[in-house]
Amino acid sequence: MKTTHPIGSTVATSMKEGNQAVMHSQIHPRVSADDDRGAPRVAAAFAALFALATPTLAFAQDAAAAAAPVANKGDIAWLLVCAALVIFMTLPGLALFYGGLVRSKNVLSVLIQTLIVFSLVAILWALYGYSLAFTPGNAFIGGFDRVFAKGLDATAMGATFTKGVYIPELVFFVFQGAFACITCALIIGAFAERVKFAGVLLFTVLWFTFAYTPMAHMVWFFPGPDAFTSNDAVPGVLAQSGFLFAKGALDFAGGTVVHINAAIAGLVGSYVVGKRVGYGREAIKPHNLTQTMVGASILWVGWFGFNAGSALEANAVAAQAFVNTFLATAAAVLGWTTVEWLSKGKPSMLGAASGAVAGLVAITPAAGFVGLCGAIIIGALAGAVCLWGVNGLKRLLGADDALDVFGVHGVGGILGALLTGVFASPALGGAGIWDYVTETALPEYSIASQVWIQLQGVLVTVVLSGVVALIAFLIVKYTVGLRVSEESEREGLDITSHGESAYEN
Amino acid sequence: MKLITAIIRPFKLDEVREALTEVGVSGITVTEVKGFGRQKGHTELYRGAEYVVDFLPKLKVECAVAESSLEAALEALANAARTGKVGDGKIFVQSLERTVRIRTGELDDDAL
Repeated sequence: MKTTHPIGSTVATSMKEGNQAVMHSQIHPRVSADDDRGAPRVAAAFAALFALATPTLAFAQDAAAAAAPVANKGDIAWLLVCAALVIFMTLPGLALFYGGLVRSKNVLSVLIQTLIVFSLVAILWALYGYSLAFTPGNAFIGGFDRVFAKGLDATAMGATFTKGVYIPELVFFVFQGAFACITCALIIGAFAERVKFAGVLLFTVLWFTFAYTPMAHMVWFFPGPDAFTSNDAVPGVLAQSGFLFAKGALDFAGGTVVHINAAIAGLVGSYVVGKRVGYGREAIKPHNLTQTMVGASILWVGWFGFNAGSALEANAVAAQAFVNTFLATAAAVLGWTTVEWLSKGKPSMLGAASGAVAGLVAITPAAGFVGLCGAIIIGALAGAVCLWGVNGLKRLLGADDALDVFGVHGVGGILGALLTGVFASPALGGAGIWDYVTETALPEYSIASQVWIQLQGVLVTVVLSGVVALIAFLIVKYTVGLRVSEESEREGLDITSHGESAYEN
Repeated sequence: MKLITAIIRPFKLDEVREALTEVGVSGITVTEVKGFGRQKGHTELYRGAEYVVDFLPKLKVECAVAESSLEAALEALANAARTGKVGDGKIFVQSLERTVRIRTGELDDDAL
């Protein structure tokens, strides 16, 4: 049965004259037009419902007059595959990547934390996360239109980045849900091998709610390209968009929302939870780098869905992001390995695998915006700089970030965010800034001002995630507890927290 | 009777077994062990963390022999296990008071 969702996406055009261009960044515009032919009675009921919740409803009736949006089957097929690829990144990609890096007595604890955090966030995403991230609200957080997945059915449509092109909202919901899941799972690496399981769960709920959903809203939410009817409409559209989106911050697939966000939370966690017993005195070695290699490789494959899928359409932008994900990662593997080989004497497998992840992280915000050369340079730099992130910087920070979440995702994420501002420049082969009104790239581009905007995006993420994480960790510390006993830690979390062991010996 | 305990390089096991068999030793027991001696360990580097690995993997080979075949066994074992480089290992010889073959109850030299 057909239902409709008259949540307005048309935009007030009474705003002041403005010729502000808007970036093409990953967003989810909530567009939906009525299909009155389907079920007018239901539509009216929904209209009444949303009239209470959404002031923008007034415009919905206008939208209803427009043709009902129809999704392209190619886009749907592509994005469903991409969503599955992003899920594949976490399970088993990230789980194996992390699992191999811990000692054999803790491998199951990391695997179960990844699996449970993923599952928990998936449910929270449906309950309220998606609504807070991707429905109209204010500049910092969305509203409650989609709480308890209200109205999320097969007939709801969402916008893409092209006027008049839509995808079923369910597709967008699951694609974005997979992002939320992997972001929360990434954090686990920082406090692995000594954290209390219940503490991880409570922290995840708190941080997901108060850091992830607002970041996703601030960076990605906008009312959709159709709202950019004219230059006059632009300020009104931006007023309804997320804070960083309106500022013009470029983040194609989640450098700020996913990587910097998670990395800062992880770093704060590694400080609050404290160092592992024996850290710096005993040999704390990865127990199975084969697992880590397999995990890193799965991450790379899955990342094609993560980055290329963020185009939200099966089009040339997706192809650009795909190729950039291919090249930047390869460049980062070579970058990390070269510097490590020259400075430490040996090229290590763990280094090469870490380089791959560093490159993937760094190209994430840039994926659809930069050209091939830009991608290679970003990747190579990420490989080299993240090697410093897990060496010099790590010593400087003095935290036991067990699996180098900050050194790789934080450093790579920040580097990628800033370099996106550089290499998105058309002069350097980038796509420039997309003007949704004319549906062309603007001819002018200032690297300096874009890098400044990018930096603001980074700073907002660092502050928001840092503060939320600190409060969340302290709440956990003084309620369910954040850390297992020293005795349990020495024996290993697999036995003491989960009552099982991974290997016979 | 003597008990020979040899610490050898793991890859030398097959040669040692063949050499001992040739001089009439009819059984050996092998254990994977770790230890250190004059051979230096190595360093391992995992991202920023560097560890010195002092204990190297070796095999401990044990065999009981009659007094009469001790010299031949020692010579065969040493020749087979030798590479000439630091880390070839050591051989220890101890006196053995009793030996019992569990299946038959045979004692001492008969049980070897």
